Amino acid sequence: MVREKDTMTKLLEWISVASAFFAIWYSLIGGYVKHPLIEANMSLILISPICFVIIFGLYALTVVLYRVFTFNNCESAFLELQRQIKEANKDLVAKGLKW
Amino acid sequence: MAASAVDSEITKSDKYSILLPTYNERENLPIIIWLIIKYLDGSGIDFEVIIIDDGSPDGTLDIAKQLQDIYGSKKIVLRPREKKLGLGTAYIHGIKHATGNFIIIMDADLSHHPKFIPQFIELQKENDYDIVTGTRYINGGGVYGWDFKRKLISRGANFLTQMLLRPGVSDLTGSFRLYKKDVLQKLVESCVSKGYVFQMEMIIRARQLNYSIGEVPITFVDRVYGESKLGGTEIVQFVKALLYLFATT
Repeated sequence: MVREKDTMTKLLEWISVASAFFAIWYSLIGGYVKHPLIEANMSLILISPICFVIIFGLYALTVVLYRVFTFNNCESAFLELQRQIKEANKDLVAKGLKW
Repeated sequence: MAASAVDSEITKSDKYSILLPTYNERENLPIIIWLIIKYLDGSGIDFEVIIIDDGSPDGTLDIAKQLQDIYGSKKIVLRPREKKLGLGTAYIHGIKHATGNFIIIMDADLSHHPKFIPQFIELQKENDYDIVTGTRYINGGGVYGWDFKRKLISRGANFLTQMLLRPGVSDLTGSFRLYKKDVLQKLVESCVSKGYVFQMEMIIRARQLNYSIGEVPITFVDRVYGESKLGGTEIVQFVKALLYLFATT
C-alpha cells in the first residue's frame, strides 16, 4: 500500500529549523543567557546571521559555477545522432517513406 | 515477495508502451521511430509506440500513418487528438490505450535518445523500481547545445530545487522516464501543474507517495530541428511550481 511519508511540508520544516536558530540567537543577544564568553563576543554574535548568509551565498555560487563549467558537453552524443539521422533518412526512403 | 518461478513468468509477459506526444514533429518523428525500432527490435523486449498527435498543422499524423504502414500496427499505434490539449491529458489518453504494464515517456524531438531505453528497463528489473528517470546531472549524463547562460540557469534552478525540496532525485525537469503503469496513472491524477513543470511535480509526488525511483545518466541533445524554448515564461512557471511544491509537499 502507498502511504504518505512526510506529514510536515518542506515550508514547515524550514520555518521550524529557522525559528530554532532564531530562538538561540535571540536568547544570546537579549541577555537571557549570561556568560563572560558571550559578552566578550557580542558583536560577532550580533552579525553572525549575516555572516552565515554571506558564507552560504558564496558556497552556493561556487557550487553552481563549478557545475556549470564541468557540465558534460556530450559532443560525441551529438555526432552519433547526426550520423544516425543520415542513416535513418536513407533507410526510411528505401522503405518508401515520403516526407 | 513472489517465488522466482512466478517472477520469470511476470518478466516474460512484461510489455513496454512508449508514449510519444507530438506537435509539429514531422521532421523528427520518422527518426525517433527508426531509432526506437533499431534499439528495441530483436532485443526480446516487447513494446509498442503510441503516437499522440495533437492535430499538428504540419502533417505529423500523415507521416505517422506511413510509419505505421512500414512497421506494422502492432508496433506503431496512433491515438491522435483533435487539438492541443496539454501534456497531462496526453498521458492519460496514452495510458488508456496502452497495452503494456510499463509506460515509457520521452520527447519526440530527438533530445532523448532511445539507446537509453534498454538501460532503463534493465535497472528497473534489477531493483523492481516503480520509476526510472533519466538524469542529465550525474556522471555520464550531460547536455549538448547549451550556452553558458542556459547552463547557469539550469544548474542554478537545480541547486535551488535540491535545497528547498530535497527530492532525492538529481533531475526533476527531465521527461525521459519509465513508470509502472498503475504508478503513472496515480501520479498523473494527483498532479495539477501544466507544461514542463508537470514533470517536476510528478517526481516530487512520487517521493511523497514513497515510490522507489532509480536514475540512469542520459545525454540530452537539444533540439536538432526546431526551436528549443527557455524564456521568461518558463522561468516564471518554474518558480511558481517550486514555491507551490515547497509549501504543499
